[in-house]
Amino acid sequence: MGGVHPPENKFSAGVAIESLPVSKRVYIPISQHLGAPSTVLVKRGDEVKTGQLIAKSSGFISANIHSSVTGKVFKVDEVMDQSGYRRTSVIIDTSDDVWDDGIDVSSELVTDISLSKQEIIQRINDRGIVGLGGATFPTHVKMMVPDGKKAEYLIINGVECEPYLTSDHRLMMEKGEEMLIGTSILMKALGVENAMIGIENNKPDAIGHLTQLAQKFKGISVHALKVKYPQGGEKQLIKALTSREVPSGKLPIETGCVVDNVGTAFAVYEAVQKNKPLIERVVTVTGKAAKKPSNFLVRIGTPISDLIEKAGGLPENLGKVIGGGPMMGKALMSIEAPIVKGSSGILLVPDEEAHRTPPKSCIRCGKCITVCPMGLEPYLLAQEIKHEFYEKAEKDRIMDCIECGSCHYTCPSGRPLLDFIRLGKNKVGQIIRTRGKN
Amino acid sequence: MKQSSVHYKKEQIVNDVMIYAVISLSAIGVAAAVILFFVAQKFKVIEDPRIDTVQEALPSANCGGCGYAGCRAFAEAIVKAGSLEGLNCPVGGNAVMSDVAKIMGLEVEEKEPMIAVLRCNGSRENAPQKVKYEGAATCAFAHGLYSGESACPYGCLGLGDCVVSCDFDALYMDEITGLPVVIADKCVACGACVKACPRNIFELRPKGKKDRRIHVACINKEKGAPAKKNCDVACIGCGKCVKVCPFDAITLVNNLAYIDFEKCKLCRKCVEECPTNAIHEINFPPRKPKPEIKAGASEKPSPAPEPKEMPIATEIKANN
Repeated sequence: MGGVHPPENKFSAGVAIESLPVSKRVYIPISQHLGAPSTVLVKRGDEVKTGQLIAKSSGFISANIHSSVTGKVFKVDEVMDQSGYRRTSVIIDTSDDVWDDGIDVSSELVTDISLSKQEIIQRINDRGIVGLGGATFPTHVKMMVPDGKKAEYLIINGVECEPYLTSDHRLMMEKGEEMLIGTSILMKALGVENAMIGIENNKPDAIGHLTQLAQKFKGISVHALKVKYPQGGEKQLIKALTSREVPSGKLPIETGCVVDNVGTAFAVYEAVQKNKPLIERVVTVTGKAAKKPSNFLVRIGTPISDLIEKAGGLPENLGKVIGGGPMMGKALMSIEAPIVKGSSGILLVPDEEAHRTPPKSCIRCGKCITVCPMGLEPYLLAQEIKHEFYEKAEKDRIMDCIECGSCHYTCPSGRPLLDFIRLGKNKVGQIIRTRGKN
Repeated sequence: MKQSSVHYKKEQIVNDVMIYAVISLSAIGVAAAVILFFVAQKFKVIEDPRIDTVQEALPSANCGGCGYAGCRAFAEAIVKAGSLEGLNCPVGGNAVMSDVAKIMGLEVEEKEPMIAVLRCNGSRENAPQKVKYEGAATCAFAHGLYSGESACPYGCLGLGDCVVSCDFDALYMDEITGLPVVIADKCVACGACVKACPRNIFELRPKGKKDRRIHVACINKEKGAPAKKNCDVACIGCGKCVKVCPFDAITLVNNLAYIDFEKCKLCRKCVEECPTNAIHEINFPPRKPKPEIKAGASEKPSPAPEPKEMPIATEIKANN
């Protein structure tokens, strides 16, 4: 249902992943995941090693955070994040890279899965693995299937439907085998027999490569999907692969599916087989204004300016810098903000494309309804929120919105539909939470 | 002949029908009246006539400034409570409340009139624009999205949710400064703007004697350096005002000074002391010239320009 076809512009699809040198100073925010911020364990002047735990998970839905570099803690202070607000972060001045004890840094492939189901979940929790698709939901929570529910399928999300971004694509091409072992580990943790990898048809090389590799693995199949945005949404992917629909307001486990990103599968491989925490990820630096579109393997906490520098520097005709893809990403307040676990790309947009058109009146064309992948009525929801009809918006299922931005993209009047819906989700969410407390 | 007899019969029938109809409808009417009389007796709602009189005395603005759903609900609450403790109509002020007290046969305490005060002076000049915002023109959304065009995470976003919320036309956006301006004559201190502002910048403070008042025009809780980086007139939490205040009216919490209006005696010592000009004095006469203070004052950042065409400029430093 619904969906749009924005120009793909995957400039960096053929560029191999390059390891970015460690920056002189890194900023590691203690809230990089969905859920409660972690508790800081280090203080000013402490020496830390790469992979050492620096902030501890502070609840069920929370995640551990590890130092991504070796060095000395400069201080624990508030640092501007990608939205311009100041968040508590651990600032580390780096020195020579020394990994913490017990971490296997060799590139040797470990194929045997020796840990038990419980040990795997414990390890995922311990190593701070969160969903790398963008929502940064702690993976260990996803692995714990609630009582009375049964997981039937593990779905690995290799769709990467956001235009421009290629980090998942490159990961599948270069770390395919590791990712498939990670998938097997996740299958063992969930107790499922079948795993499906969904990849869009615009990545034929990745489909071919993984289909060939997957023959060695039991129960893993690769599926080619039609190109459509937002096919990479959890609910949309389940629908495309299993024809099952997640009921309104429910979690994907209702359909017997658990969805993880390819990046997460790779991180799980490294955590379980190599004991390596989530301290680096693949980030695409691209865009029409980018001088050298690239894919980098980056340590968490690296300032975004370092990546842009490595990709040819800031162009003269720059309009804005977006963290994430062009559809769901948000413009950055400052390029000094650090890379976090959820950063999948940095997009440099030229000035001529960077501006919104001033909103005109709604002409009731209904295009937003046609493209909404969740079957909502975006124009109506936006009006309801503008006039503060929160109860009515809740009845019209505003909380089902996945914020894909298709409605805003397609609107011929350029109305900021998603802005109002995001505001409404925030307000309605607050109402629901207070209702739950009373 | 035949024809006329038929004609006569028809009239007869018409007359009979008319009579029956009148009789039966009257009977139904009487029966219904009797039933309604007894029902009305049985289910009679005894309402205090004072509610109506009190409601008439209220300004009928239905703004909700008293904390009730409207003027009727407020009148009911007054009559039900039987006292005026904790009940106040900010729109009507002391005049209306003394009328209400007369109706109720009660005494009312004189309350100091209040006014909404904007605790931000991050105008375009003082807090230069760093980024450009093109999203939905509502502060509530912008607040959730990013820290603001000047990057001050506490300052005014300038999209005017407060102006929309004001039922009394007492707020307007100043085109030059990009900040809302309170029109003192129209503001009734209903508190709608206080609720509407997602950053809680507005505060209700007493109008003060001769409309003179002093407040800290900043709510930035950041440390001095980052606060000053985004805005020239930010409170940097230096604490000089706390030291100079002879009445202990100023407290410094989280790098931010706050003047307690109940203790403040409007001596204006803090205004002179503030290194960033974050403390504002309003409607005071010009100071006697003092050479050394004048020299210091000229180094300070310029205050926001006074809005034109408005009879009384509030929230703007009247003189410096």
